[in-house]
Amino acid sequence: MDAGSTPTSTIFLVLRRLRPPLIVLIVIFAVSVLGLTLVPGPPDANGAIQRLSFFHATYFFSYTATTIGFGEIPYAFSEQQRLWVTLCIYLSVIGWAYTLGTVFAMLQDKNFLNAVAVQRFSRQVRRLREHFFLVCGYGETGRLICKALDELGYRAVVIELDEAKVGDLELQSYSADMPALCADAGKPDTLIFAGLTSRYCRGVIALTNDDNTNLAVAIAARLLAPALPALCRAEHADTVANMASFGTRHIINPFEKFGEYMALALHSPAAYNLLLWLTGLPGTTITRHREPPRGKWVLCGYGSFGKVMTEALENADLPVSIIDRAPPADPAHTWVKGDGTGTEALRAAGIADAVGIVAATGNDVNNLSIVVTARELNPRLFTVLRQNQVANRALFDAFESDFAMVPSEIVSHECLAILTTPLLAPFLDTVRHADSAWAKTLLDELTGRFGWDVPAVWSVAINLPQAPSVYRMLMRHEQPLRLTDLLRTPVTDRPALPCRALLLLREGDPPRLLPDDEQEIRLGDQILFVGSERGRKDLALTLFNGHTLKFVLTGQDSPSGLVWEWLAARRQAREAARA
Amino acid sequence: MNLEKVIFGFFIVFAATLNFGFFIGDIDNPVHHDIYELFAAIVVNLIATVLKFGDRTQIGAVHLATSLVADLQLLAAAMVWGYTIHVAGTGLTAGAMSSIVSLSGGALFANVISVVILMAETIMQRR
Repeated sequence: MDAGSTPTSTIFLVLRRLRPPLIVLIVIFAVSVLGLTLVPGPPDANGAIQRLSFFHATYFFSYTATTIGFGEIPYAFSEQQRLWVTLCIYLSVIGWAYTLGTVFAMLQDKNFLNAVAVQRFSRQVRRLREHFFLVCGYGETGRLICKALDELGYRAVVIELDEAKVGDLELQSYSADMPALCADAGKPDTLIFAGLTSRYCRGVIALTNDDNTNLAVAIAARLLAPALPALCRAEHADTVANMASFGTRHIINPFEKFGEYMALALHSPAAYNLLLWLTGLPGTTITRHREPPRGKWVLCGYGSFGKVMTEALENADLPVSIIDRAPPADPAHTWVKGDGTGTEALRAAGIADAVGIVAATGNDVNNLSIVVTARELNPRLFTVLRQNQVANRALFDAFESDFAMVPSEIVSHECLAILTTPLLAPFLDTVRHADSAWAKTLLDELTGRFGWDVPAVWSVAINLPQAPSVYRMLMRHEQPLRLTDLLRTPVTDRPALPCRALLLLREGDPPRLLPDDEQEIRLGDQILFVGSERGRKDLALTLFNGHTLKFVLTGQDSPSGLVWEWLAARRQAREAARA
Repeated sequence: MNLEKVIFGFFIVFAATLNFGFFIGDIDNPVHHDIYELFAAIVVNLIATVLKFGDRTQIGAVHLATSLVADLQLLAAAMVWGYTIHVAGTGLTAGAMSSIVSLSGGALFANVISVVILMAETIMQRR
């Protein structure tokens, strides 16, 4: 039996396995009791042979077979009876040994344990009464995502094929319990157990290191839960095309993503830094990079990542020399045969007059060897390093490359940005296409105000569930509400909230980028904010609490509660009468 | 022919026949109802019940239910017997005997249902 069976089948499995030992026990019991009633006992006072009745035989054998042993009841047995009882005792021992052996073997049986684990897991998921994300694959990326989701206060349900990694998840000290199952995420049944069709599921994230499994998750999500956003990692171009063909909402290819980053960094460093700052993992600080220089570049390892990087560099009109063992498919490139770890190939590719090097092979040790050798030949080189295994982080940190391409981090940044703040994606698109002067002004303004620590980025919809107090106020049509009125801290003197509106979406209007303070807020608006965590909490209080909203707007503390409201109204009336 | 099916059918029919054998006769006459036959009926019924464990089909569930009913009725009959002889100490009166036999009659009804289901299942197989 596998994870695909229904949860109730565990009990059937137990019953089916217990059939033979139970029958053996019944037969032994029956034979022993029957024998006891037939075997002649000692003669009674009149000399007549006594026999045990069924009642006494059942009683005697019940305590004998269970090794309680009260002795010979109701009278001292005859020798024939003792002979029979001796036989029965050994029979019953065999029966019990067989039964217990079967039970213990079943408890240790892999299938049985698996069935129990599946049952417990699906019960845990069914009892979840808060929104959760379904994470398939708890590798390096999955771990980063789960940690970030936990910090953001979301629950996650994890499916992972590797038992060791599931054990690792149990050891992590997350603030909320994360149900995890060791199973193949590619099977639709597993996904259903994990709550794919639950109304509390907010999204599916497929991060396994197998493109086919990710594809299977994508299509299962598309068919079983079409309304859910699905985020799928894909490393091969054909998988990307396949996923796109049936409308997977978000396909994340770490290589292409990094190629885009690189292109952005070449095109507009400020926009690149802004992007990093906005999508960083919560609780981290962004370190600024040297700007990638313009000039000749050398690239080692022309694989799928190498291709993307070559394209990014060539689109920026930078010449690239490729070092690889095999010639590139497009003969237009300058190609040097070799693996780049030795000096000859690097020299032949013109490392002396190059400005940058990309180490893009699939082997971490080779990548490090390439950049160390290249730096010795040309110390001013800008280095871009591909890191394949998170386990090698210490080595990569020690080298201090200018850019490090860590697939797991890129995928997790992207996932979090999409999942937690849906408005961020359109804003980031604008940043990618904006000119660099605009990006630089915005970056300087924001980092000057909030520092280089990754800020809180959140979106707010002006509707009943997300902003009840503002909704009620706007429904009364009392006065127009401006952004600057709302963005104040609910303390004495009402200083401005440490946050900034980045984007305002209104139905029927084009998106408003960086709305100014005088912007009027209407019902149904969606606003993207960036700011400090405290600013986010204060704004949430204002949006939810009518009294806080009133204080923020007017600076007056209004009385709350029937009695105090009545007293305040009386006092106002008296003052009005006196005036 | 399937050995498992033979054993399964054997125990179900055997449980019903033993039950019938005990039940038949004057309801209040102890001479017509043998205690060893009751004992055999109980044991065979219990084995039949265990054989029905772990079947996930609808018919399997009804099979198991009828067997559990028969077990319950027969065990109740045995308890009444034991009580009248050993606890009440009145010996096998006509009243006690008729209640024992009527309990086993209930079990017989459940066993008949079991046999009917078995036959229906067999006829539906068409092989």
